[in-house]
Amino acid sequence: MSEEQIKNSEAERSRSLEAEFEARIARDEKIEPKDWMPEKYRQTHIRQISQHAHSEIVGMLPEGNWITRAPSLRRKVALLAKVQDEAGHGLYLYSAAETLGISRDEMYHQLHTGKAKYSSIFNYPTITWADMGAIGWLVDGAAIINQVPLCNTSYGPYARAMVRVCKEESFHQRQGYEIMLKLCNGTPEQKEMAQDALNRWWWPSLMMLGPTDDMSVHTEQSMKWKLKRKTNDELRQQFIDQTVPQADILGLTIPDPDLKWNEERQSYDFGEIDWDEFWQVVKGHGPMNKERMKARVGAWERGEWVRDAAMAYAEKQQQRKNKQVV
Amino acid sequence: MSNKKNWPLWEVFVRSKNGLEHRHFGSLHAADAEMALENARDVYTRRNEGVSIWVVESKHITASNPEHNGELFEPAQDKVYRHPTFYDLPDDVKHM
Repeated sequence: MSEEQIKNSEAERSRSLEAEFEARIARDEKIEPKDWMPEKYRQTHIRQISQHAHSEIVGMLPEGNWITRAPSLRRKVALLAKVQDEAGHGLYLYSAAETLGISRDEMYHQLHTGKAKYSSIFNYPTITWADMGAIGWLVDGAAIINQVPLCNTSYGPYARAMVRVCKEESFHQRQGYEIMLKLCNGTPEQKEMAQDALNRWWWPSLMMLGPTDDMSVHTEQSMKWKLKRKTNDELRQQFIDQTVPQADILGLTIPDPDLKWNEERQSYDFGEIDWDEFWQVVKGHGPMNKERMKARVGAWERGEWVRDAAMAYAEKQQQRKNKQVV
Repeated sequence: MSNKKNWPLWEVFVRSKNGLEHRHFGSLHAADAEMALENARDVYTRRNEGVSIWVVESKHITASNPEHNGELFEPAQDKVYRHPTFYDLPDDVKHM
């Protein structure tokens, strides 16, 4: 065979592998780490899973801010458990990403140098205790809507990690809503605090469901790979429809004058989202972007001697054991 | 990225209750086996998911290659005589 013939037959082989791969996904078969996969599938999954993991890790910071100042022991143990879950979720997801051939070290490097993104919601400040309520209720609520379809995604390790995450996440939302409920049944000042938190977190929560369908560059490919089962706009509508009645029970007002029940659509119409703000925050100009990265990188650097010491200790123990065997 | 030695990767297997086998739960990084067990407890059994944990360094696992699934698993496909339904027996025969 000539060189060109070899090249052609290789291209043909890759095309047929790809067709077989797409057919497997269409049949709802799962893809496992050692299976053949198109390079783009691998890269897209590394990007999405690692960004998801980064979001869990950075997501601990806004809430960590309130652990020492929780108003009661009950609230404190719940918040601690929630933040610990987020660390766990980050670890499940990093492990899933590692099965695609990227190292943990490389992922941390991408996060710390700003190459990898994380959910932009965590670049907003948590200035009152009510923010813990609003985050649990709205941010975790939006996250659940994003995550439930991922339990059926085509990449096995990601789907399995998401099953665990989703199981644990529902307590997060309930603890947040309970905080809101308590404040709303409290003094007028406490209720005012809850309303203020809703005012600040409502729009960023809607943005969490991602750019509108006509602006979203990844939707089509992601739907094909079942990395997405519903479009951003569908998810956003679902979030609004289920959250508005919850706000009514709290006696709070959603900060959107255009919000209105649409009898014909059996859904809420809602106002224009400020996408300029969204892109500003994504690009690093949100109120807390710098602060979050400083805290994250600082924690990583201050922990370096601990990681090194643990490794040195493990190596020494191993050497001692080897010597005994001799 | 540092050139320093990173904590190796471990695979975690958990028995959710006595009577069931250990099942693969996921993986994590730890400096040694003892730390891997402790981390596995915190990462994978925060809600009573297990009564026993195994950890093994990932590099010690040898896995089959899915590209060789043909020669590996196909030989079992044409051996219907390994299944009870292959054998013709009259309906009158009971308890078999």
